[in-house]
Parts: sequence; C-alpha cells; structure tokens
Amino acid sequence: MSIQEFLQHLANGTSLGSLYALLAIGYTLVYGILRLINFAHGEIFMLGAYIAYYGLTLTSLPWFVVFVLASVFTGIIGVTLERLAYKPLRNSPKITNLISAIGASFLFQNLAIMLFSGRPKAFPSPDVLTGVIYIGGVSVNIISLIIPVVTVVLLIILNTVIKKTKTGMAMRALSKDYEAASLMGIDINLVISFTFFIGSFLAAVGGIMWGIKYPQLIPIMGVMPGLKCFIAAVIGGIGNITGAVLGGFILGLGEIMLIAFLPTLTGYRDAFAFVLLIIILLIKPTGLLGEKTAEKV
Amino acid sequence: MEKKNLTKYLLSMILAIIVIVVLNFVLDNYKIRILNLCFIYIVLGLSLNLIYGFTGLFSLGHAGFMAIGAYTVAILTMTQETKQMTYYMEPMVPFLESLNTPFIVAVLAGGLMAALFGFLIGAPVLKLTDDYLAIATLGFSEIIRIVIINMQSITNGALGLKGIPQKTNKAIVDFMNDAFGLGLRPSINLLWAGVTAVITIAFIYLLIESSYGKAFKAIREDEIAARSMGINLFKHKVLSFTIGSFFAGVGGGLLAVSLGTIDPTLFKFSLTWNIILIVVLGGMGNIKGSIVSACIVTIAMEALRFLDEPLNLGFMVTEAMPGLRMVVFSIILMAAVIYKKDDSSIKSTLEKVRGRYAKN
Repeated sequence: MSIQEFLQHLANGTSLGSLYALLAIGYTLVYGILRLINFAHGEIFMLGAYIAYYGLTLTSLPWFVVFVLASVFTGIIGVTLERLAYKPLRNSPKITNLISAIGASFLFQNLAIMLFSGRPKAFPSPDVLTGVIYIGGVSVNIISLIIPVVTVVLLIILNTVIKKTKTGMAMRALSKDYEAASLMGIDINLVISFTFFIGSFLAAVGGIMWGIKYPQLIPIMGVMPGLKCFIAAVIGGIGNITGAVLGGFILGLGEIMLIAFLPTLTGYRDAFAFVLLIIILLIKPTGLLGEKTAEKV
Repeated sequence: MEKKNLTKYLLSMILAIIVIVVLNFVLDNYKIRILNLCFIYIVLGLSLNLIYGFTGLFSLGHAGFMAIGAYTVAILTMTQETKQMTYYMEPMVPFLESLNTPFIVAVLAGGLMAALFGFLIGAPVLKLTDDYLAIATLGFSEIIRIVIINMQSITNGALGLKGIPQKTNKAIVDFMNDAFGLGLRPSINLLWAGVTAVITIAFIYLLIESSYGKAFKAIREDEIAARSMGINLFKHKVLSFTIGSFFAGVGGGLLAVSLGTIDPTLFKFSLTWNIILIVVLGGMGNIKGSIVSACIVTIAMEALRFLDEPLNLGFMVTEAMPGLRMVVFSIILMAAVIYKKDDSSIKSTLEKVRGRYAKN
C-alpha cells in the first residue's frame, strides 16, 4: 500500500470516526443520566437526514439554514420521544425502558417506511460540499475534511456547555447521583429534555453529513450506525463524553483500516464492531475511560 | 410432581394433540398456515420466556439461534438436486450436498446446534448484566448473521435457501380419501409444529417446577441473595440459556420448513423483537400468558393486513398506504408496553381494567 492510499484511508476513517463520535455522544449523554440505551437514537439520526432532504427539496431556503433548522427540529423530535416513550416509565425496571426504546425504534422505522417509502432517495447535496480536492497527490472529498472540523467545533461547544453553564452542571450532577440531584432542587425533567435535545441535535448533524458523504437515504439507514455508535460509547466507557469520541474514532478508523489492509474481510465489516464490543465487554466492561463502580448489596 | 397431576397433564397433552389433528382436517389452508405459525411462535416465545422471563437474562440474540436452527434444518432436509440448483454462485461443500436426514433428525440437530452455540456464547457473556448482556447477545446474533452471509459454500450467502421441503399430510389424506371416499384436500401437517409446541410447553413446565426452575427464579429476583443461598449462578444461567437456545433452534427450524425459503435478512433484529413482545405481553415468567400472546401476536399480524390496502371508511376510500399495518402494530404494542409499565401479565391487566369498571 502506497503512502497516498494510506492517507486516503486515514481521511476516510477520520471522517467516519467523526460521524460515529457525534452519534455516540447522544448515547453516552442519555445513558449517563437515565441509564437507558436509547435504541431509537439511530432512527433520530435517520430522521435528521430525511428532514434535511425534504427541507432541501421542498423549500428554497439556503442549504445551511435548512441544515440548522432540520437539526433543531430533530432535536425537538428527540425531546418528544423522551416525553412520550420514556418519561412514563421512569420508575419502572430498567429493562422495561429498554423494551420501550426498542419499540420506539421500530415505530420510527415503520413510520419512515410509510411516509418516505422504502425506496432509496438521493440526497440533494449542495454543490459546494460535494467536490474533490487534491492534496499532495491524495484525492479527498471536501466533505471528508469538513466532517471532522464540524465535529471538533461542536465538541468544543458541547464541552463548554457542560463544564461552564448551570444546565451543564445540573447534567453532571444528575449523572453522578440522580436521587441526590433531584433533592437539590434540580428540575429533572428540564435537564433530561435538554439532554435529549443535545443528543438528537448532534445525531441530526451526523445524519445530514452522512447523507452528503453517502448520498442515499433509506428508512433503515440508522440501524447499523446506531448499533455501532452505541458500541463506540461502550468501548470508550459509557457515560463519558471523551470516551464516546474516542470510541467513535477507534471504530471508524478501525473499520476502514480493516478493509484497507485485509480486503478479504470486507464482508465482515459490520462484524468488526460487534467483535470489538464483545472483547471489550469481556476484558474491561466499564470501557476504556469508564469508572469502576462496585455493586452494592 | 404428584401422580394425580401427572395423569391430568398427560391427558390434557393427548387431548391437545387430538384437537390439533381434528383442526388439521376441518380448517382451510390459510387458517392452518396461521395456526402452524402460532405453534411455532409458542415454541419461540416459551424459549425466550425461559431465558428472560424465568431467569431474568435479557437476551436480544434470539434471531441468531433461530437462524442456526433454520439453516441446519434446511441444509439437512433439502434434496441433493435442489441444493445443486440453489447453490449456483458457488457449489456447496460436497459432504453437505449429499447429506440428507429424516425431518425429525434435522429438527433435533437444528436444536442441538443452536444449543451448542448458546453454550459457547453464553459461557463468556452471561457474567454481564442487564443492558450489557442485551447488547452483547445482540452483537452475537448479528455476528452469526454476518457469518451466514459470508459462508457462500455452506449457507449460500445472501441468496438464501429455496425449496425447503414442506411437511404436508398428503399421504394420510390420500389414504383416507381412498379408504373412506372422503373429499379431503391435503394441507400442511400441523402435527409437527403442534406436537413440538405441546412437548415444549410440558418440558418448560416441568423444568420450572423442578429445583432448577426454582433456582432460575431466585436468580431473576435477586442474584446476590440467590448466590448466598448456595445457588451456582454461572451453572444455572448457562443451563437456562442453553435450553432456551435449543428451543429457539427447533422453532427456527420449524419456521424455515413452514416458510420454505430462508435468507439472512429474515433473521434480523426485528425477528427477536417479535418474540420479546410475545414474552412481554404474555407476562414475564408466565407460560400460559406466552401461549396466548404468541397466538394473539401471530393472528394480529395477519388480521391487520387489511390496513395496507385501500381503506373503505364508509364515506370515503383512502389510498393504499403500504406500511400502515406495521405502524399501527408498533403503536399498539408501544401503548401496551407503556401502559403495562410493570411486569404484569395480560390476565392481571384485564383484572385491573375489570376492577376499574366494577368500582364505577
């Protein structure tokens, strides 16, 4: 493999890793607070891409306005999902919540098949974002360069929100100790809604950029990325944002490099994430950056 | 178990089988097909109920074990000519191509194969709890599916297998028509799935009544308490998981035969979801509930089929909306999950509703 090829794979892997990271953050935020695997997160990602598609084809707004509006709207869908499907179950066993989440995921998929039809749709990417540029003999899609930049910017903003604002502090408090935080006068419902909004917003941004990079939308497009990004969150240590980003990059780069170095394993591309998950769960169930918690009797 | 009870259960088993035989001759083909599916889903529902409902291990890997059972049965029962025609991309491994066993051997082999994988997978992952276990088993189920897609010369990859011989009662019907001059028409032989369902019910029932079953329930209620009472957690978890996988494999095999065609997309996560619903709606650790809800879910899936066609609302006819059926189905089930909240069974929910009306 020449150095050019390697760099090309590196660029691909980095942009895929960035997309995974954006989605993984949504899983990790929700898990950190509610201890719930939000199975419908992959479907939120899919909805983000579809909403942007309809925004671009049905309105004449400039593309960046459409993208921002679509992400905000998807964020609102995320908040609504929490209100309808998870809030009534907040005091139920963990698994009941998980079942509700899986149910919501299938409901979104079926709704998407009914409303958007099961046939693939081509994403009408703005021309500015679809070109190819050459850097030192390496041809790279512009979007592959934009994705990591957008991701890093969003991560910096997210970090500031969580570290510096009151709501961010409330989020951290909730994830440390749910009961105690609620006794301290934190408006739990508001914080949870905010968490879902952020998670879904980031998923929508990921979905839109996914749509530009792989311009084909189908109602089940969120399933595999959704599962893989949950795995990314687990690899990094669920509940830990840095871990989620790290996991996303490990998964994205690992997947691309696996195919690059061992082309015979291309068919097993999707299995890579699952194998990695099982190895991590068996060796270090708390993930790379997760904190160890002792089971209290 | 007391002797009196034993005779009672044996009698009801025999009665159930007689009813199945009678229904097989009375009902039309479409209904027999649905009933056949009901029986298969009873087997599958009970197998997951053993793992999740009775032992409390939330496994999302059922479709994987069903796939193993289905492929084993398909490969063992298909004739050599059909195999040669089906495997046109890449010829099948010669040893497997000539392999052909009687149906019952194939189904048992399917179950054992699934149980073997259940054991191999269960042994390492069952130390995980709750949602970690769920995601790890889901991971294995996906890995099984991906491996099936990639093993072209054994499973025919993404093309799937066609022409799995169906089990009909043609021989019996022909014989009876000749002997008694009846005008019966051949249909699917309900006895295979029916008897399997009856045996599964009896087996799970006996298992739950035994000391093993009590240990399973103790683990479900409180692992730490169970361990301090001297229950070997690992042994019982693996046992429950392996037995559950066995029945999942058997159910998958029967499903393959009843469908006649299988391919890897059939065994996606949505199949596991259907079975989880059967367990959840029927009530965790409730055998009767699982039986009833397996039938309800199977029949509802068929009964709601009209939703995909143009609807006549009396005053207007709507356009056909393909997919509406699944949306309505998902909404009903989501409502059921959220409304039920706790792990109550259908029966206690009905009682609750009845109690509410009785008061007013």
